[in-house]
Amino acid sequence: MKIVDVQDLTVQTSEASKVVNGISFSIEPGERLGLIGESGSGKSMTALAVMGLLPAELKASGNLLLGNGKDAPMQVIGASEKSLNEIRGSVASIVFQEPLTALDPLMKIGRQLSEPLRRWQGLKGDALQEAIISALAEVRIRKPERIAGSYPYEISGGERQRAAIAMALACEPSLLIADEPTTALDVTVQAEILDLLDAVVAERGMSLLFISHDLAVVSRITDHVLVMKDGSVVESGSLRNILHSPNHPYTRDLVSSAKELDDALDIAKKSGGN
Amino acid sequence: MNTKKQRSLPLIVGCTLVGFIVLMALLSIFWTPYSVGDMSGSRLGPLSSHHWLGTDKLGRDLLSRVMIGARIAITVGFGAVFIGAVLGVTLGLIAGFAQRWVDESFSAMFDILIAFPTLLLAMLIVAARGASLTSAIVAIGIGISAIVARLTRLLVKRVLAKDFITASRASGTSWARIIFIHVLPNIWTTLIVTFALQFGFAGLTEASLSYLGLGAPPPNASWGSLLQEAQATVLISPVAAIAPGLLLVCLVIGMNLIADGLRDIADPTLRRSR
Repeated sequence: MKIVDVQDLTVQTSEASKVVNGISFSIEPGERLGLIGESGSGKSMTALAVMGLLPAELKASGNLLLGNGKDAPMQVIGASEKSLNEIRGSVASIVFQEPLTALDPLMKIGRQLSEPLRRWQGLKGDALQEAIISALAEVRIRKPERIAGSYPYEISGGERQRAAIAMALACEPSLLIADEPTTALDVTVQAEILDLLDAVVAERGMSLLFISHDLAVVSRITDHVLVMKDGSVVESGSLRNILHSPNHPYTRDLVSSAKELDDALDIAKKSGGN
Repeated sequence: MNTKKQRSLPLIVGCTLVGFIVLMALLSIFWTPYSVGDMSGSRLGPLSSHHWLGTDKLGRDLLSRVMIGARIAITVGFGAVFIGAVLGVTLGLIAGFAQRWVDESFSAMFDILIAFPTLLLAMLIVAARGASLTSAIVAIGIGISAIVARLTRLLVKRVLAKDFITASRASGTSWARIIFIHVLPNIWTTLIVTFALQFGFAGLTEASLSYLGLGAPPPNASWGSLLQEAQATVLISPVAAIAPGLLLVCLVIGMNLIADGLRDIADPTLRRSR
């Protein structure tokens, strides 16, 4: 049974201009799908639509089924906030581009992490404290106790993004949506976060929807990609096929620039010593 | 250590000024040198060991009357800020969360109320209910609620646009819980500053009302009515005007300083920049 099944999804503004124009895709349990496109191509809106989190001024139409692969999937479009809250987190959760704004600046990391842990795993007291520390350890944070007691501005960008990933994982979702999770980070940290995502998704057997404007980044973590431009899917298929024989001119541009970037990343990685 | 001391200086000075007035107000509940209506002193008597601040034109002890005035100012401050905070934050939250016409009509209401002079509002309420301390508190409280509501709405909108709200919703947090764990903690530091400021201004507005004869009825003299009574004889006994005037200034400046000090303590992001 599919985790996400999107048929003919359209997202419109109140002026009836289409941000996302009739796209379809699906993700099987354990499958990784990359969503590539330039900014404004509708990829982030697609991610928000999957969670039922579109801003009020945007309207989604079409079919969007979200499920954990076991129970009957739920129709997200038109669902009430209350029923959405039952599947948000448990079925799918999301990691954002900018970890500084994705964490509440006035709440210590441990306290923020305790919210989903308590809600979804019913933990309290010492068990909750232990779960916070092990959740931070799972995302390879070196001093989890120190980070748990810190405010977001007190830790580095990489640590912040790891904490944000820990929060998304705390709900034990079947699908992780990563919306440009490495774009705001510098190149060496980028590589570490990608390795981390790769490892936790594999360990937990989760599905992954990875959104990026960067084919080089996507190629490190997913096997299937969807290329979006101006709200429509212009190309889709296995990464290998797209890298070797891109059909659409936009995809060709992406592939050539990704090759340059990938070389640069490799050099940075070698000189970075990791 | 040194910077820590410097930072709390406004708070210390503010608390001293306001604390002095609060102490005077508390003391007046149990004891004043003379009762407010006691006209046993000589008319417009000078400063003496019997009458520390002299007497007014009816032979009443000025220190006693100033102490009663402090009680009225503090009562009005607490009462009006309480009404303003409860009403203002509630309406501001509703407007902040609401969409389109609800939001717009609420905003229009706040703007009209802010444009409407508090004194005029107070006169209307006094006309309807009769001049009393309660009328003054209600009128000033409504005036404050408009300012608080408009600020709350703006702060709520700003917080709701942040990624961490979307991230929290993505993990299935209900709106009610988001208000308590994310929205209110992120706006209260700004609100508390406004509350402290408005506390001082509430005392000032009450003085204006009683100056015009619309505040607490005699013999319970507020600083405003003391100033009004002293007006005719200001050249003969200047203390009668200086004492309440100076206390009013102390209250407003003290509350301003407390507001500054509180903000520094409550906002951890400000701590870093110091």
